[in-house]
Amino acid sequence: MNGGSKPKKTIEPKKNPMPCQEPAVRARNFNEVALGYSEEAVVAEANRCLQCKNAPCRQGCPVEVDIPAFIGLAAGGDFYGAIRKLKEKNALPAVCGRVCPQESQCEKYCTLGKKHEPVAIGRIERFCADWELAGAALPQEVKPPTGKKVAVVGSGPSGLTCAADLAKLGHQVTIFEALHVPGGVLMYGIPEFRLPKNVVQTEIGNLKDLGVNIEVNAVVGKFAVVDELLNGGGFDAVFIGTGAGLPYFMNIPGENACGVYSANEFLTRTNLMKAYRFPEADTPIRVGRKVAVLGGGNVAMDAARTALRLGAEESWIVYRRSKKELPARHEEVEHAEEEGVKFAFLTSPTRIIYNDDYWVTAMECLQYKLGEPDASGRRSPVPIPGSEFVMDVDTVVVAIGQGPNPLVPGTTEGLQCNKKGNIVADPGTGATSKPGVYAGGDVVTGAATVILAMGAGRTAAKSIHAYLSGKN
Amino acid sequence: MYRIVRKEALAPTLSLFEIEAPLVARKARAGQFVILRINEEGERIPLTIADFDRARETITCVFQEVGKTTKELGTLCEGDYLQDFAGPLGLPSHIENFGRVVCVGGGLGVAPVFPIARALKEAGNEVIGIMGARTKELLFWEEKMYSACSELWVTTDDGSYSRKGFVTDLLREVIEKKKDVGLCVAIGPLPMMRAVCGLTREYGLKTVVSLNSIMVDGTGMCGCCRVTVGGKTKFACVDGPEFDGHLVDFEEMARRAVIYKPQEQLAVSRYVKNSAHNCSCGCGGGR
Ligand SMILES: Cc1cc2nc3c(=O)[nH]c(=O)nc-3n(C[C@H](O)[C@H](O)[C@H](O)COP(=O)(O)OP(=O)(O)OC[C@H]3O[C@@H](n4cnc5c(N)ncnc54)[C@H](O)[C@@H]3O)c2cc1C
Ligand SMILES: Cc1cc2nc3c(=O)[nH]c(=O)nc-3n(C[C@H](O)[C@H](O)[C@H](O)COP(=O)(O)OP(=O)(O)OC[C@H]3O[C@@H](n4cnc5c(N)ncnc54)[C@H](O)[C@@H]3O)c2cc1C
Ligand code: SF4
Ligand code: FES
Repeated sequence: MNGGSKPKKTIEPKKNPMPCQEPAVRARNFNEVALGYSEEAVVAEANRCLQCKNAPCRQGCPVEVDIPAFIGLAAGGDFYGAIRKLKEKNALPAVCGRVCPQESQCEKYCTLGKKHEPVAIGRIERFCADWELAGAALPQEVKPPTGKKVAVVGSGPSGLTCAADLAKLGHQVTIFEALHVPGGVLMYGIPEFRLPKNVVQTEIGNLKDLGVNIEVNAVVGKFAVVDELLNGGGFDAVFIGTGAGLPYFMNIPGENACGVYSANEFLTRTNLMKAYRFPEADTPIRVGRKVAVLGGGNVAMDAARTALRLGAEESWIVYRRSKKELPARHEEVEHAEEEGVKFAFLTSPTRIIYNDDYWVTAMECLQYKLGEPDASGRRSPVPIPGSEFVMDVDTVVVAIGQGPNPLVPGTTEGLQCNKKGNIVADPGTGATSKPGVYAGGDVVTGAATVILAMGAGRTAAKSIHAYLSGKN
Repeated sequence: MYRIVRKEALAPTLSLFEIEAPLVARKARAGQFVILRINEEGERIPLTIADFDRARETITCVFQEVGKTTKELGTLCEGDYLQDFAGPLGLPSHIENFGRVVCVGGGLGVAPVFPIARALKEAGNEVIGIMGARTKELLFWEEKMYSACSELWVTTDDGSYSRKGFVTDLLREVIEKKKDVGLCVAIGPLPMMRAVCGLTREYGLKTVVSLNSIMVDGTGMCGCCRVTVGGKTKFACVDGPEFDGHLVDFEEMARRAVIYKPQEQLAVSRYVKNSAHNCSCGCGGGR
């Protein structure tokens, strides 16, 4: 050693690459794209971490995972320790490792990122979680029964997390899910090739092992309203995590023509109903030769990539702003490009053109340029007058966003909502304007992310526990 | 899983199921529907609630075998189970005392119109029922309809039973003869509802129809069921299924109903080829 100072660790400037299916191959199948690190790769990647004392990465994590701690354990090959550490804060690491927008969260703040590529925190997380899924699940501690009953409405990440935390505290939890499978967007929205459904169902299996009861085909607001769950239903508290499932349309002429889908319909048919296996699975889907997907978020990328896999010859992302403003995860944009998805930036349709049979044949579009930054800080798109042009397409998928489904808010007396229909809930506690009723996830924030929904479920679980403990 | 407690073959390719579904039965009201799935590979299909029994905790549905899923449904028997059964979905019928109302059920439409007629009668209306079918063999629930109406008119297209003609012929007669009809409810095949609306428009008689658009979730999540009503897009599963018939864009509905025609034909021919498609109990289902 030289003058008593530690030898400087040589840092590999780039992340260990993620092994993936070849683009040309994967663009035609529904198997997972990213195959996951090998044990050597994960140890090597974990050893890139500087173990910063101040751990700036943690502030980027909405649920404050102790990132250096779990990475440190993984670096030493202690995956059991690593997954335990992760699970202290994150109930669904196998999901988050795959779908979190790490580049705008933890990895954005990573010290290494100042000079090099940041540590691939998400990929390490995924490895540890998959390691657990492949073997025996961690023992889950459940406190003795409290005799209190909680109803959780919706089984997306917010509901699942809230249910798990409450069950561990000894409360008796029932999840009511409208669809025939639990999981929310994780099942019906995010495609198999990005988030295998068996990963989600294994996580849900763990939840059932905690004693959580899951009622599918149970549409709250229809078979019972929230007040009935509380009075007469025997529940002491209710958590609402019904998500943002209401698809927005453009409100342009021709939007109801045959061949125009909401992204929700397109993805639900494919993922939840397995239409890509038609006719083995009963639900059909029609994808034409040239598909245009309107929007630039994760939902749009998923739809465009799904269209290719369903056999479309061309799949286009049509987005009002430029590449820089795309809100999708970087990795998804990259993967989409590699697979051959094409992009029409600064473009937005004004009208959908159809034939005598009411089938889409084309889309009239307008060209845009970027103007001043808007409220979101992104430069706002300004239409260029006279720039109309026609794009030949035979399928259009509208992926411009989703709002909260009004079914539960609309049938719950005394539940305060904002103008957009989102439930108003205290961000620190999840409490709504109605005593005993808590809410979190997309139904409160509007369409956001898995990890934020999980965090909200966890926050609400804490307050519900406090509420129930005080209620005797 | 949801048990089929009773099956009745009403006519060739037309069956009734009474299904055990306590949560649905508790809340079901006239005008609402359910979404079911037969098995793990199954499609989600909507069926109207034709009757409900809160004490027995059952829902009754009547369905016609038109394609793969309904044909497969026809092979199920008493004691068999459905994988999924969600409801009650959609908005219930608007029931109030309109004075005199006409309830028209065409073909299979008799089943969904029955509970509405009953509810309207219970609300104090004079209910004039009109039911029709292509031919005598396809008529069902005449007695049941009769019990829900103050007066029942029956027709067959071919004259094989009761009066010969279409339900619209009878409807015109009823409107002409009885003044002051406050509301018409018409449920049946799209062309029939369209024809009824054409007729009642002449008389300025408000007409409610129930729309069978293609659905997936039935909870307002996919937009597959969208219909144009009064120039605005509505989701039939949550804003309906009942709408003011004079405002419905039937042309669009008809186009959207056949979106999956090629796939449906493939599915049904494959199904017919691959299966014996006969029910096991001998009730005649699945023929
Ligand atoms: C296609 C797509 C891709 C995405 N990709 C990403 C990504 O890569 N990374 C990321 O972080 N986020 C992504 N998101 C966003 C993320 O999935 C959501 O923010 C998250 O799932 C929200 O969780 P939630 O618990 O609030 O609700 P949801 O996941 O929406 O679940 C709500 C559940 O409630 C049920 N429900 C609704 N109404 C009722 C009712 N009345 N009664 C009973 N149940 C009801 C619904 O059926 C659903 O199962 C994506 C979203 C979509 C649609
Ligand atoms: C609110 C509502 C209530 C209904 N009530 C009844 C009823 O009480 N009895 C009854 O026999 N039928 C009813 N239907 C229609 C029934 O859902 C269809 O006949 C059934 O889905 C056909 O499926 P299939 O596979 O047998 O036929 P397919 O060959 O798939 O389709 C035959 C026709 O049925 C329609 N259809 C197909 N798939 C769907 C779907 N997922 N959702 C809706 N329509 C579809 C299409 O217009 C198609 O042209 C109702 C539909 C709706 C929307
Ligand atoms: S900021 Fe990066 S290098 Fe520092 S502890 Fe976090 S992951 Fe490791
Ligand atoms: S069926 Fe999906 S929104 Fe109506």
